[in-house]
Amino acid sequence: MARAATTADAFNAVAEPRRRQILDLLAGGEKPVNELVAVLALAQPLVSKHLRVLREVGLVEVRDSGRQRVYRLNARPLKDIDDWVSGYRRWWSGRFDRMDVVLAELKESEDGDEHGDQ
Amino acid sequence: MSTVTSSGTAVVTLPADNQILITREFDAPARLVWKAWTTPELIKRWWAGERGEVISVEVDLRVGGRWRNVMIADGGFEVAFHGEYREIVEHERIVSTEVYEGLPDASSLNTLTLVERDGRTTLTVLAEYPSKELRDGHLESGMEGGMQESLDELEQVALSLAGSN
Repeated sequence: MARAATTADAFNAVAEPRRRQILDLLAGGEKPVNELVAVLALAQPLVSKHLRVLREVGLVEVRDSGRQRVYRLNARPLKDIDDWVSGYRRWWSGRFDRMDVVLAELKESEDGDEHGDQ
Repeated sequence: MSTVTSSGTAVVTLPADNQILITREFDAPARLVWKAWTTPELIKRWWAGERGEVISVEVDLRVGGRWRNVMIADGGFEVAFHGEYREIVEHERIVSTEVYEGLPDASSLNTLTLVERDGRTTLTVLAEYPSKELRDGHLESGMEGGMQESLDELEQVALSLAGSN
């Protein structure tokens, strides 16, 4: 699927399933690129491309360790996504809490009707 | 009858670029959740959540029928939503459009699903936008400001999604 070139923020970066997979792997600890290539079973240039996108938005950091480049997760930019989703959660939670009250009353009045019939 | 409190347990996820999925379980059979969801007097009592007061509810529950809800938000301003019913399966499913009248471009297609098990009902609402851009447009405008502004914007977006029928 063609995708817009923009990788300006964490939302775009994690829209790609492979990049979410890379974040999951790095959440388990820092890893050199060849290890990511092996686990993902993707060509190295493709993995490097995904890592570059993740670095651009700050989700992944890199350091040199001897002859290897080692990547690690920086989850801070994910907070933007969490904040955004939380906005919806607050709104729907308040609404559904009210619905609980309405439903409890409906159940009660149904029970009342049943007793009335007996 | 036991009542299991489930306050604050709505789960919100983003299954695809243009989608938002809301899931919540209720301690009531599906026909009662349906009744609460589709009866104007009952909708008035829960639809605004803790963000205001519903002053008007219109429900014409048939395919092609319209719905419209108006609330006074806590800030004192009036907020209205309307849409059209596209599919109705009693006690199970409603597909409807939803337009926040303040942001008419950001209409969504909402699919409500009710699944009952052991007297409890899992309710899901899948809200689908015409594009990722429409969903994210609101988001980006909110993120440029400060945290408070951002949350205010989120509230507006959330209001525009309010998918009850």
